[in-house]
Amino acid sequence: MGRSSHEAAAVVRVRVPSPLHSYTGARDVAVAVPVLAPEMPPTLGGVLAALDGAYPGIRFRMIDEQGHVRPHIKLFIDTTLTRDLATPLPTGAAVMIVAALSGG
Amino acid sequence: MPRAKKTVRSTAAKRIRLLIATRKGLWTLTSDLARNAWKIAGPLFHGHIVHHAVGDPRDPRTLLAAARTGHLGPTIFRSTDAGKTWKEAAKPPAFAEGSGRVVNHTFWLTSGHASEQGTWYAGTSPQGLFRSADGGATWESVDGFNKHPQRKAWCGGDQDGTPDGAKLHSILVDPRDPKHLYIAMSSGGVFESVDAGADWKPLNKGVRADFLPDPSAEYGHDPHCVRFAAGHPDRLYQQNHCGIFRIDRPNERWQEIGATMPKSVGYVGFPMVVHPRDPDTLWVFPMDGTTVWPRTSPGGRPSVYRSRDGGSSWKRLDQGLPKAQAWWTVKRQAMTADARDPAGLYFGTTSGEVWGSRDEGRTFRCLARHLPHIYSVECA
Repeated sequence: MGRSSHEAAAVVRVRVPSPLHSYTGARDVAVAVPVLAPEMPPTLGGVLAALDGAYPGIRFRMIDEQGHVRPHIKLFIDTTLTRDLATPLPTGAAVMIVAALSGG
Repeated sequence: MPRAKKTVRSTAAKRIRLLIATRKGLWTLTSDLARNAWKIAGPLFHGHIVHHAVGDPRDPRTLLAAARTGHLGPTIFRSTDAGKTWKEAAKPPAFAEGSGRVVNHTFWLTSGHASEQGTWYAGTSPQGLFRSADGGATWESVDGFNKHPQRKAWCGGDQDGTPDGAKLHSILVDPRDPKHLYIAMSSGGVFESVDAGADWKPLNKGVRADFLPDPSAEYGHDPHCVRFAAGHPDRLYQQNHCGIFRIDRPNERWQEIGATMPKSVGYVGFPMVVHPRDPDTLWVFPMDGTTVWPRTSPGGRPSVYRSRDGGSSWKRLDQGLPKAQAWWTVKRQAMTADARDPAGLYFGTTSGEVWGSRDEGRTFRCLARHLPHIYSVECA
């Protein structure tokens, strides 16, 4: 089966917490996530991969080498919390990254 | 056109610089060679937990710092201009995908052999060994250790071990042979490789592991810090959870050298520091290892102990240090010596003070206070 000729990209807005501003330089960024086919919407993992392409190194600070979200990082698609990087993004959805930690 | 007159610059160090890695960032303390007036600068990486920051003895302009934050995963920062600018490693130490193991933090950094410019080793928590061949930009697993069939038996599970996470530390590269390596693990013990890390064997005979059913087990020990004797890499000194030990290779058995420490002080501590030139001189910093292991200065009266005879006898060195009610201690990377004559001795405390001596420990004075909990002090 040949590779799809569909080469669209979805632009996804990402809100970044202050511990990661050293990478992005901004609280709000937008990344272009490749969409391989219309029936295959971008996933949360795809957004993070695109984010890492734009800001190298940022993904590993949030996602460990086994592909799991690190304990004090929370990821929201719009207002829904998820730890599953395969979660698809509805059209027009935004991603919010939260760095949540208490203690001194 | 006449040739420009060549300016000859001395390469000799004109200052002493200490890298102070803390739970909240990295500071530097700098002095001229008299070591009288110290100037503090920082923080760099403010808010990062910096477990170890070291200079490269092969290139004084290169520095590496192992850092993470409470939220963010572990990384390595590198500077090639003596700390003016820093770049993050493109590929920090990480276990293989699918291994199920996750690096919590890089705990220890060691520059490679003098003949291998750009080579570095990193020890992690939980116990992992990594190597960089490009000055710390990218790190590869040393599979000879990380995938060794005995690794789990040696180390226990990743949740076992010391309260702040099991650690691989004290990575030593034989100055005569880049393939000859030692590592130490809390917990696990001391291990040796003669083939650049392709295979490893335990080196723990003679070391007690009082906390194990078999105190003379082949592995499972808790070395806190291991160093080569100055100019004499066949001798290693070890500060262990259960005492102070020395080995003179090719012997396979460690000798206990901490038994002559005063009973009221004990022989437990984290750091082990060796003299820059004299293989018989070493310093330790005892802590309270009684009952529930308070790990504070014994009796609230901190002191360095020095041996001038390879560990046969010890002398208390506390002139200038608090005489009472000082309950801090010194972590294993947080004490070091400079290369001057007489050697300077420096340590950082869990309460954020840096103390220094410019007479090999005879007298101390406080060089900085009010810093965060100090994890490492290194001369760079």
